[in-house]
Amino acid sequence: MKALRILTRSIRDSFKSVFRNFSLSMASIACTTITLILVAISLVLTYNVRQVTTDLEHELTIVVYFNQDVTDEQKTRLENDLATMDNVDSYVMKSKDEWKAEMREEDQSLENALDIFEENPLLDSVIVTVDDVNHLSETADHIREYDFVSSAEYGEGMVENVIGIFDAISFGTLAIVVALVLVTAFLISNTIKLTIFSRRTEIEIMRLVGASNTAIKLPFVFEGFILGILGSIIPIILSIYGYVFLYNQTGGYVFTQIITLVEPFPFVLIVSLFLLAVGSLVGMLGSWRAVKKYLKI
Amino acid sequence: MKLIKVEHAYKIYKNGTTAVADLSLSIDKGEFVFVIGTTGSGKSTFIKMLYREEKPTKGKVIVGGIDVAKLRNSKVYKLRRKLGVVFQDFKLLPKLTVYENVAFALETLGLPSDEIRPKVLKAIEAVGLKEKTRNLPSELSGGEQQRVAIARAIVNDPKLLICDEPTGNLDPETSKGIMKILDKINRELGTTIIMATHDKELVNRMKKRVLVIEDGVLASDTKKGSYRVHEGVKNTD
Repeated sequence: MKALRILTRSIRDSFKSVFRNFSLSMASIACTTITLILVAISLVLTYNVRQVTTDLEHELTIVVYFNQDVTDEQKTRLENDLATMDNVDSYVMKSKDEWKAEMREEDQSLENALDIFEENPLLDSVIVTVDDVNHLSETADHIREYDFVSSAEYGEGMVENVIGIFDAISFGTLAIVVALVLVTAFLISNTIKLTIFSRRTEIEIMRLVGASNTAIKLPFVFEGFILGILGSIIPIILSIYGYVFLYNQTGGYVFTQIITLVEPFPFVLIVSLFLLAVGSLVGMLGSWRAVKKYLKI
Repeated sequence: MKLIKVEHAYKIYKNGTTAVADLSLSIDKGEFVFVIGTTGSGKSTFIKMLYREEKPTKGKVIVGGIDVAKLRNSKVYKLRRKLGVVFQDFKLLPKLTVYENVAFALETLGLPSDEIRPKVLKAIEAVGLKEKTRNLPSELSGGEQQRVAIARAIVNDPKLLICDEPTGNLDPETSKGIMKILDKINRELGTTIIMATHDKELVNRMKKRVLVIEDGVLASDTKKGSYRVHEGVKNTD
């Protein structure tokens, strides 16, 4: 009962004290708001860059050509093996006739050229999509081991470079988000420290009248929580409306059809939850740390 | 019965200053004791050790059965709940009313509201501020503010009231009023009072036990003493 009373009083007092120390509360809220807006922007960027890189990575495929004299049995064998092979996501068989038809549609002059041959000079093939592009070359090498396979191509060299760049970008943006969250934590906890410094008499009196350390910390921790939540309201509204607006304005594409934006829902809701969590947690931890300093003798 | 027992207590600060050296004394329940001494005499350190704002470097300081030297930081509140402290600068919360300032002490201890109200009103009445319960500290005179601080210190019925120069900021007339209240608390509630002061007149008028601390040691200890008497009977026990 006593613990419950202390808890409910702490919550009540923390609300009161947000308003009683209005200017200091505003300082904490403003600081939280600004840093969380930066976090929101970098989060949106990171997610979109990741989306683009994953999309592009999915475009990377291995094109396997069979030898001219391949038998149907051999084709079925590879097909069965691919179904159980590691790192193979999906595959599509494409016969030489399909290739020919496709080429004809693309260019009339090619049709004439192909007509010169009595037999179709093209090769039967399989187009393989992989799970992990980092192991693209291993999978290609594995397929090449079949003696009825003429070649397994995926754009060697260029692909490795592109994957390297994508990985670097992903890592870089993630590092920026982590760094920003840390900076936010530092800024918010310092602002709260300043506000608590001005209230050290209050802490001193609480100690003098015999409040336990937990009873002293609780209202401040709740206050930090409230300030964190209040500080994340504007960043959340901005990221929801801002992103939806951006998405609608651009039609979901940036520059070309290749670079697509992440669908707004549930993406903005996830970002909002993240901002709320960072704001409130950092607020609580910041307050807890700051009060602790005044509880030592 | 002894409420406070100090045995060969030393306080040596990190910079090497010895504030209190080999201090031994005891104070009974219900006593009213003045602690006097010049600035830097170790008087404040002694007072601070009683409510564990300072820890003795060596020796024992036992308050209400609790050995202050052995009390862990996180358990200090157990000692503080047994005593009340009043300071020269009142230490009131400026944004809380008189009632709220006094109630604050009980609220942080987690008492139910229906118990808090009568206790707070009783304490405010004891210091004669019944008419000012809704006022803010800034609307009160210095003497009235100190009375609020006293009400807050006694609201939890402590066995011991420690007053660190409570009249230091007040004029002689107001000081008299404060002393009357403290005397009344001592007589009527049986609260032991230890008061550090510089006010000669006040000490001489009250005729209570006087401890003189000089250079960190107990220079004299006289029953019904005065400020002038510095070479009284040493340690009457």
